[in-house]
Amino acid sequence: MKIIVCVKQVPVRDSALRLDSEGKWLDESDLSWEMNEPDAYALEEALQLKEKLGGDVVVLCAGPPRVQTTIREALAKGADRGIHIETEDKERPDALATARRLADVVRADAPDLVLTGLQSDDLGYGQTGVILAELLGFSHATIVMDIEPQGSAVRVKRELEDGWFQHVVLQLPAVLTIQSGIRRLRYATLMGIKKAKTKEVKTVSAATAPGGSETNRVSLPSRTKGSQILSGDARQVAHDLVEKLRFEARVL
Amino acid sequence: MSTLVVLEQRGAKWSRISFEALAAATQIGDPIEAVVIGRDVTGLVEEAAGHPVQKIFVLSDERLAEYTPDAYTISLEQLIKARSPKSVVFPHTYQVRDYAPKLAARFGQVLLSDVVNVKKEDGLVFVRQLFQGKLNAEVKAAGEPAFVSIQSGAFRATEPGGNKVPAEDFPVTIDPAQIRSKPEAPFREGARSVDLSAAELIVAVGRGIKEKENLRIVEELAEVLGAELAASRPICDNGWLPMERQVGSSGQTVTPKVYFAVGISGAIQHLVGMKGSKTVVAINKDENAPIFETADYGVVGDLFEVVPALVQEIRKEKV
Ligand SMILES: Cc1cc2nc3c(=O)[nH]c(=O)nc-3n(C[C@H](O)[C@H](O)[C@H](O)COP(=O)(O)OP(=O)(O)OC[C@H]3O[C@@H](n4cnc5c(N)ncnc54)[C@H](O)[C@@H]3O)c2cc1C
Ligand SMILES: Nc1ncnc2c1ncn2[C@@H]1O[C@H](COP(=O)(O)O)[C@@H](O)[C@H]1O
Repeated sequence: MKIIVCVKQVPVRDSALRLDSEGKWLDESDLSWEMNEPDAYALEEALQLKEKLGGDVVVLCAGPPRVQTTIREALAKGADRGIHIETEDKERPDALATARRLADVVRADAPDLVLTGLQSDDLGYGQTGVILAELLGFSHATIVMDIEPQGSAVRVKRELEDGWFQHVVLQLPAVLTIQSGIRRLRYATLMGIKKAKTKEVKTVSAATAPGGSETNRVSLPSRTKGSQILSGDARQVAHDLVEKLRFEARVL
Repeated sequence: MSTLVVLEQRGAKWSRISFEALAAATQIGDPIEAVVIGRDVTGLVEEAAGHPVQKIFVLSDERLAEYTPDAYTISLEQLIKARSPKSVVFPHTYQVRDYAPKLAARFGQVLLSDVVNVKKEDGLVFVRQLFQGKLNAEVKAAGEPAFVSIQSGAFRATEPGGNKVPAEDFPVTIDPAQIRSKPEAPFREGARSVDLSAAELIVAVGRGIKEKENLRIVEELAEVLGAELAASRPICDNGWLPMERQVGSSGQTVTPKVYFAVGISGAIQHLVGMKGSKTVVAINKDENAPIFETADYGVVGDLFEVVPALVQEIRKEKV
């Protein structure tokens, strides 16, 4: 089975977010980057499918040159080769623009299965995979928690709201968006890291791709609810908090 | 010039978030038409009386009896082409996440997802959340119609009670060969051995706890309080606590007297499961963490200092 995994590089979780001088985007100069978490689960699922069924795992990432480190990380974990769609540093593509670029590459590679994360931590569109399926004419399922290959189809377990699940059988080729927690994640081994250096990463330059939105500005949300904030010495805070819960909120 | 609102129902019950989407649509200012997909929805249409809707289109084709992204996309595409709305507004549910991006792409648009505010400047501006609520972006759709999904809890649902809303059947044409997925019946995973919905006190722990070994710290707090232990998703994903202790959109919904959110950032998928709590206490070292917006009492500090101090304080009061 030939599987393409789309991974995105996003700012490290808990990064301090500072706006750029125009308030149009973040000041990215101090940020460090990592693989979007659900994408790590998508990669893990792809690697486990390959271990079971054989085949190829290709990792696909669109972004500026810095994303090469994320592609290498995926190779170190066991992906066979990488494709980097190189974009300009200053570009801010939305999910449609990104999906258009990914679609061009996926089409040429003709996989059986494309896995994406269900949502990016930074832009949070939650839709690149679904759009990709539409552009490619592939079937799709979102928020996937298990994949059972069945010949020219797959049976997947989807997560619904409130603790409900559902199985869906899909014709291949298909795009699946993977939910965090589908498997335990592996770490890259030293051997894997060494091997990754010899694996192929093809770089293609990004074609212009129109999106469907325009961002006027970004801002830190203003706080509207008057919550009482306590800070300072931990013991004092603990004392004050317990008092408030007892005598003000009367809930303890 | 109209707005089309896609109302969601399940098992002949309205999803309340549908009317939050409707409330968002009223801020756009154009006349509102709505659509509901399903059979036997006469009762639902009656219940919708009084909501600010001029007409409800009913899509009841037998191929829509079970949800599939293909059939929903094809049908709504036909309705949108027939009505040419300026905006199409959805509640941001799991189902909408599954097909609305596909539908929008058919019109060369992107779904402006997880919108929390609507503004009118020179044109419509939608405020959507980035970085799980840590940043807001003001975005415009590049063309028409604008496709927008509304975050749960961001708008106060419109209220029923008033004139009947006229309903109209909208026939759609679906070729069965176009439906490429076959859904099976929804199910729940075994019986839950932990029912958090009845708990009066809950101590919930998030990724701020860093390691499984550190869970002891919050377990102790739960013990002295006589509280149930709960968690955000990553804690359960890592296998540190069982899934059935997860609170949020894909976990349990809880309404305790006090909910302690310890090292939890406050992503919307977590908030929807706990914002009905009477009192929320958040302990987080990041003063900008979105959880503080939901908290009644916020402690900005290191949980590894604050939680043990809290345990001591409660023990002290007890004797
Ligand atoms: C479709 C979908 C469904 C989902 N369903 C759920 C769900 O049901 N439940 C759920 O919880 N999530 C769910 N999620 C995930 C959700 O979006 C968030 O990723 C998740 O809730 C984040 O968990 P967290 O707050 O523990 O982690 P993080 O967001 O990583 O936050 C950790 C917090 O800990 C703080 N912290 C770190 N160190 C310390 C310290 N020493 N002292 C104090 N504070 C500290 C940090 O400042 C940060 O705010 C879902 C996501 C999707 C897309
Ligand atoms: N630039 C990118 N390169 C590769 N994959 C991406 C990119 N952007 C998004 N994706 C994939 O699409 C998923 C959903 O992203 P989003 O639609 O932004 O929430 C991510 O989890 C990735 O798997």
